[in-house]
Amino acid sequence: MEEKFIDALKEALEMEDQEVNFSDNFRDYDTWDSLSRLSLIAVLDSEFDVQIEDAEFAKLVTVEDLYNAVAAKQ
Amino acid sequence: MALLEFKNIGIKGIAAAVPKTVINNYEYTRYFPAEDVKDIVDKVGIYERRFADEDTCASDLCYHAAEKLIEDMQIDRSEIDLLVFVSQTADYRMPATSIILQDRLGLGKNTIAFDVNLGCSGFVYGLSIVYNFVQQQGIRKALLLDGETRSRVYSPKDRKTAFLFGDGGIAALIEKDEAFGKSWFSLNSDGSRSSLIKMDAGGYRNPSTPETLKEKVVDEHGNIRTDEHGYMNGADVFNFVLAEVPKDIKKTFAYAEADMSRPDFFVFHQANSYMNEYLQKKLKLDAEKVPASVGKFGNTSSVSIPLTIVSELQGRLQGEKELFLCGFGVGMSWASALIKTNNCHVSDIVEI
Repeated sequence: MEEKFIDALKEALEMEDQEVNFSDNFRDYDTWDSLSRLSLIAVLDSEFDVQIEDAEFAKLVTVEDLYNAVAAKQ
Repeated sequence: MALLEFKNIGIKGIAAAVPKTVINNYEYTRYFPAEDVKDIVDKVGIYERRFADEDTCASDLCYHAAEKLIEDMQIDRSEIDLLVFVSQTADYRMPATSIILQDRLGLGKNTIAFDVNLGCSGFVYGLSIVYNFVQQQGIRKALLLDGETRSRVYSPKDRKTAFLFGDGGIAALIEKDEAFGKSWFSLNSDGSRSSLIKMDAGGYRNPSTPETLKEKVVDEHGNIRTDEHGYMNGADVFNFVLAEVPKDIKKTFAYAEADMSRPDFFVFHQANSYMNEYLQKKLKLDAEKVPASVGKFGNTSSVSIPLTIVSELQGRLQGEKELFLCGFGVGMSWASALIKTNNCHVSDIVEI
């Protein structure tokens, strides 16, 4: 599931050619903005059937936090 | 379980009016840099919108749509027994705008007239209310008017909403006819999410004061609005739609004992192209069956479903057609309907 998650995140942020690590702060990525947030919502829904509401999302900092939040809803 | 079934009632004809002023979204750059605007416009897929001038209300757009429909269909005004006006941008706090429209349209004093205050779900809700009344023998013809001047609700300095909304008004004639057969509705509400799309002040909870009319920076992105502007948490609205709308669609089809391949068209509330195209893919719908008008009219709240019918389905509703309608948004409130039309009259769009 980790690999599938990283692929989904790369797709949402249009980062297919870049390295993504669990320790990264995803908001620091160049392509991160409120519009890529919509892409992330779509890809988490289509790949994992998961929704993360704003209040919870605001507390997530690293790629690992995001992964754990998705995994917890599986 | 708010599921409704009707028999032999339907939409005989429909007309729409939009303001003639076209806003080109790529050029809507007064408050934001052009490259930011381009990113937003490309993402939401809203290229043009219509803005009413300051003298034009939602009711004016509906009035012109109704006059067009009455003229095109040669409707006898004395047979209209019900007028429902759906809007969240009414003329006055009181009286109800529908009653002003009853007089303006030359309808008799024995007309039932009232307003319905709902947003994006409003057309489907309004239709269900009108279908209920039309079951009565005493109701011959009903007019459902649905109008919005949503352009005035949101701040042009808040990038979360500045590029999405537009204005429009429609009129639909609803009558009994055995040719319509059965129709099914599902209506829903979730007030726990009322703060996702909201205007905080200007009502009776937080009355209008000089303070509520002051512009303020409201977030870390520098977006600016007053307490009397609407605001929207777009991410959570999207989450809400993904969690609730597909479920409601499946529920409605199960109630109707119909397969999702059956409708000729799926007409969704036109929120933005990104969300609507995702929804279409998620539901595995044939793009040919999912008309869209959001690119040229933007999000017109409750008006977007009927405006899409007028703008995209004119000439495509000959004979018997089955339409699936689904509206979702402010409230939160959402509603689905599976309805039939039979040679539905669709007037040319009127520009005011």
